[in-house]
Amino acid sequence: MPATLAKSGGLFLAMIIALFGMAQAQDTAFAVHMGIMALAALIAALAVMKGADVAGQMGHDESVYDDAPVRWGVIATTFWGVVGLAAGLFIALQLAYPVLNLGLEYTSFGRLRPLHTSAVIFAFGGNALLCTSFFVVQRTCRARLAFPGMARFVFWGYQLFIVLAATGYLLGVTEAKEYAEPEWYVDLWLTVVWVAYLIVFGGTIIKRREPHIYVANWFYLAFIITVAMLHIVNNLSLPVSLAGSKSYSAFAGVQDALTQWWYGHNAVGFFLTAGFLAMMYYFVPKQAERPVYSYRLSIIHFWSLIFLYIWAGPHHLHYTSLPDWAQSLGMVFSVMLWMPSWGGMINGLMTLNGAWEKIRTDPIIRMMVLALAFYGMSTFEGPMMSIKSVNSLSHYTDWTIGHVHSGALGWNGMITFACMYYLAPRLWNRQRLYSLRLINAHFWLATAGIVFYTASMWVAGLTQGLMWREYGADGYLVNSFAETVAAIRPMFLLRAFGGGLYLAGALVFAWNIAMTIAGRIRAEKPMTETPYNPAADRPLPAGNLQPAE
Amino acid sequence: MASQPEKTGFSHRTLERNITLLGLCSLVAVAIGGIVEIAPLFWVDSTIEKVEGVRPYTPLELAGRNIYMREGCYVCHSQMVRPFKDEVERYGHYSLAAESMYDHPFQWGSKRTGPDLARVGGRYSDEWHVGHLKNPREAVPESIMPPYAFLAEKPLNAGDMAAHLKALRAVGVPYTDKDIEQANADLVAQATPDADIADLQARYPKSQGRDYDGNPAVVTEMDALVAYLQMLGTLVDFKAGEAQEQPK
Repeated sequence: MPATLAKSGGLFLAMIIALFGMAQAQDTAFAVHMGIMALAALIAALAVMKGADVAGQMGHDESVYDDAPVRWGVIATTFWGVVGLAAGLFIALQLAYPVLNLGLEYTSFGRLRPLHTSAVIFAFGGNALLCTSFFVVQRTCRARLAFPGMARFVFWGYQLFIVLAATGYLLGVTEAKEYAEPEWYVDLWLTVVWVAYLIVFGGTIIKRREPHIYVANWFYLAFIITVAMLHIVNNLSLPVSLAGSKSYSAFAGVQDALTQWWYGHNAVGFFLTAGFLAMMYYFVPKQAERPVYSYRLSIIHFWSLIFLYIWAGPHHLHYTSLPDWAQSLGMVFSVMLWMPSWGGMINGLMTLNGAWEKIRTDPIIRMMVLALAFYGMSTFEGPMMSIKSVNSLSHYTDWTIGHVHSGALGWNGMITFACMYYLAPRLWNRQRLYSLRLINAHFWLATAGIVFYTASMWVAGLTQGLMWREYGADGYLVNSFAETVAAIRPMFLLRAFGGGLYLAGALVFAWNIAMTIAGRIRAEKPMTETPYNPAADRPLPAGNLQPAE
Repeated sequence: MASQPEKTGFSHRTLERNITLLGLCSLVAVAIGGIVEIAPLFWVDSTIEKVEGVRPYTPLELAGRNIYMREGCYVCHSQMVRPFKDEVERYGHYSLAAESMYDHPFQWGSKRTGPDLARVGGRYSDEWHVGHLKNPREAVPESIMPPYAFLAEKPLNAGDMAAHLKALRAVGVPYTDKDIEQANADLVAQATPDADIADLQARYPKSQGRDYDGNPAVVTEMDALVAYLQMLGTLVDFKAGEAQEQPK
């Protein structure tokens, strides 16, 4: 077939270009990355030649949904979730036991920390967003995925991005801008993948058979568009050589700082909030079998959320060299942001109106409610921490780390797990999940883990902040920096314990998903019993007069 | 969704039925905040007030800074002293915008697992830095910093520094033609004891030249990193400012 030939030929060409880049490389890391790219191109070419369904055309049937990329996404989300959380636990233990840095450059905290953050945000969260968006957009548009070949490219291209980013961190390839660490060529690759994602998602909406675009898709669309804008602007940089990994940011100092935190805060606002609210807007009503609480509220909170979020970046730069007017603007908008955030929480929680008993009987609903509760808590804590006087204490301390994790573990993690539990039996056509009781175990492990994590970080953060600014009666600073490090070590241990519990929950989750995919069903007591009391269920004999209860 | 009565004028239903319109309106909504907050920083003059002494990094300092970034030091160390009494007493004069005007990218940081480094230059000896980087707990028993002994073993392989300086000049750092021409020679000279660096110091005022890591035979990554740490916060003469603020 000429099409197959052209495709595999193009991939071989890509491989040769990558190998050429490898030969010309100015540094080892670039050579390794070109090697990975060449390998990826080779695997893709061989897959095409062996007749793999790269275009998604096999058994093409417009009357069924295209769920193959969604199934891969569920597996990828589960895998990267465990990897990212394990990396997090490891670096938490490094802070408590520095010997775990192992003395190697590849395993030091400074290189592993970006690995953890990117693995959980972009690999775990990103795959969850990709696969749920492909699932949701088809159902709510009543249309099969547009451009199936491109959808497959988006999935595999995104995995390649993750591998390049992760190996880059270990090799020390970094732009040194938090949550935007990958270097210029990885950024370019992600841009290509992201544009393809927009085309697949938008294309499916265009071919929809429903007159209206459902609210979840507004959020997904805003997330895709905004992340594209943020990614491109914040990563503008000039490579030193086209065959080397190093580049220099186009911006410097103050301008670079605000561009970075405009990006950084909205990675939270759009990647971890708008995208995950989209998941909430589809899966919570489906699982609860109730319509969304308020259509009007969803309109108001959608527009106000996306408009306000963008302004909040400067609250990461309070009392720095950023001009005061920008700091104040950032603070005011951050406080205002509280309202649309809670609009989303209210719309999600109130969807359960009339179905609240499901919290008792349905562990997936329970997980969703917990996620929304944590969303509400962390979107209250965030505006509070953005107030300059609070920030003067909390900034630079572990309080921020605790805040981030109450949102990430509580909101993003729990809503993702709930969605994966919803998807797995449906995508693999199973009667039900392997085990509902294991969801319950996961729920409590995760909840206890979050409590240990955030509580210990609150204490650590306040301890640090107060010790740094403590003055003695003699008018001198009381504590050396080293003393404040020693003071919070017990909190670091407790945090690692909490993280361990959360990881244990995630392992239970991975086991449950794997067994569900394998088609197993666990013999277990059902979550609810049919209420029946045979002793009471009988006629009352005459003469045995007892008053009715 | 409840059906709404047909209204004249704008209705949200228009947006819900047109993905192009919905996408465009979303883009406009998310673009405004960034434009209003970030764009003025590029043309409002008071954003970066001119300060005497700030200069671009020497090639050796730049190579050290790249190692600082490579190892993710910014993950635990800030370079931004806030204008609070305790911070100024602990770390020195609060940071000025001009001090990071040639920093591509900025390294202000967001977390102090370790102390701020904006003014660490000149506070400790080179030997202290080398010993501390090799084994942090020997210098500071409470420290939880990873050890960086491998830096002293690795010869500095920074690549063609002229290309680095050229890239930086393209994004706005005022390196001269001579700086670029001399870049690779400057890199070695600054880390070599008894090298003639008068010309280097003329082009990069206050730059210091010596063997930093106690191993004069090789220019290592440790040399570069310590050279960078030892210049942090040393360029602006705050003493001169103080005298004017408080005349005797």
